[in-house]
Amino acid sequence: MIPRIQKCVLKIRKIGWKQIPKFVLPALLSSMMFEFGCAGQSIIVQSTTSTQNSGLFDHILPLFKSQTGISVHVVAVGTGQALKNGRNGDGDVLLVHAKAAEEKFVNDGYGIKRFDVMYNDFVIVGPSSDPASLIGNPNILSALKKISDTGSIFASRGDDSGTHRKELQLWQQAGIDVASQSGSWYRETGSGMGATLNLASSMGAYTISDRATLIAFQNKNDMKILSQGDAKLFNQYGVILVNPQRHNHVKEKLGMVFISWLIGDKGQAAIASYKLNGTQLFFPNAK
Amino acid sequence: MGDLSEAFRIAFHLLASFDRELFEIIALSLKVSLVAVAISCFFGFLMGAALCVYRFRGKQIIVIIINALMGLPPVVVGLCVYLMLSRSGPLGVFGLLYTPTAMIIAQVLLITPLIGALSLQVLHEMHKEYDEFFRSLHLSPLAKIKTLLWDARFGLIIVGLAGFGRAISEVGAVMIVGGNINHLTRIMTTAIALETSKGTLALALALGIILLGFSVSLNAAVMFLRSAISDDKNA
Repeated sequence: MIPRIQKCVLKIRKIGWKQIPKFVLPALLSSMMFEFGCAGQSIIVQSTTSTQNSGLFDHILPLFKSQTGISVHVVAVGTGQALKNGRNGDGDVLLVHAKAAEEKFVNDGYGIKRFDVMYNDFVIVGPSSDPASLIGNPNILSALKKISDTGSIFASRGDDSGTHRKELQLWQQAGIDVASQSGSWYRETGSGMGATLNLASSMGAYTISDRATLIAFQNKNDMKILSQGDAKLFNQYGVILVNPQRHNHVKEKLGMVFISWLIGDKGQAAIASYKLNGTQLFFPNAK
Repeated sequence: MGDLSEAFRIAFHLLASFDRELFEIIALSLKVSLVAVAISCFFGFLMGAALCVYRFRGKQIIVIIINALMGLPPVVVGLCVYLMLSRSGPLGVFGLLYTPTAMIIAQVLLITPLIGALSLQVLHEMHKEYDEFFRSLHLSPLAKIKTLLWDARFGLIIVGLAGFGRAISEVGAVMIVGGNINHLTRIMTTAIALETSKGTLALALALGIILLGFSVSLNAAVMFLRSAISDDKNA
């Protein structure tokens, strides 16, 4: 072994500094080539963490690829950031959940048209000790009031995501000014659903989560669903093609193939067939 | 502590079963970081050597700036690169956002100052020793740079390893510009962040253990090679 290493070492010693660019350039070029090779039939979808963390994409995208040959590259961020990235043209399709903001996105000319895709619902989770005694209370507004009245710790996403927008809307409807409570019982984590659930579970806080992420989440400890079923907790997902007239690199044709698949029979069936521990996570409702 | 032993079990299982997805992620991590380090070393070493050899006004200010840039927050670098490469940004036409190249660019910006500042430190000591010798030979600045870099090569290897350490462990910048896209821009650190947010802490920790293992073996390999080279020289 030693002579071989010595040979190798001698070779290395012969390599002068002048030759370094000879190594760096091919490495750069090959990394570029790698990307052009992948650029064929693919689209970028800006989506939310709930669809990725729940495993939905891992279930439906291979089906889509096998039926159409198109690869879908998912960038999973909060809905707010997804809309912002879409506005910048950094994606072909958006799959998000904040209906009002999505409609604004389309009306402002950044997207072509918005389609309903699927829904599930939000739930309030908290420690099983339940200090605000929410259990069995289906009325979300009175549940939030109880959390605020007892000053129980509530972990908010605080990241302008679809879930965060929904939560702020609910606090507003309950007539509670959470902004003034930020830092006391109202804690803004500024991170994704999973990170917020990790935090809530380790500090015994209440939080609001979409049901899909919660079911898929594996670090629940003694966290339980404490309030659910209110019609206000409905969670609608929509899909939008980024406007190719505004960003002419948008892959309009491939993006439309994906959207029509998603809202068509095959895509809807694929969404309905995704189950985790026997529970269906998303319910297709395209019109 | 069940998670910890579970993590070791999963790590071993993933490695032993040659999990394809895992090796894809490891390969991309190594590729991105090694290319970034190679480019950064090229510019960083030259920068360090040039700052030793040339004397000019305002040199001290440049040195201070490079030293300060060592502490660049990765997320800030990621954001800047995102804004440059975004379709609405100045370099948007190249369509580089959400590609490994974008991740390499972010890492180069992140570690070049580190490598520049550390190599300046290494080369400065050597330059003090060599200065008179250089003068007596009337060497051109370029020849001085070459001599310094060659004679300091063992110290510079450590500098390169420091850069590699920062690149391979970095998550904030590559998450923003790479997008953590499965099979395209997912690397070890972004996969760890994703698994953590899914609450699969044991798997996340297992990936961390594997990442550490690879870093340790790479460092060991370089050290071994280095000592082999210097033994060879002494023999």
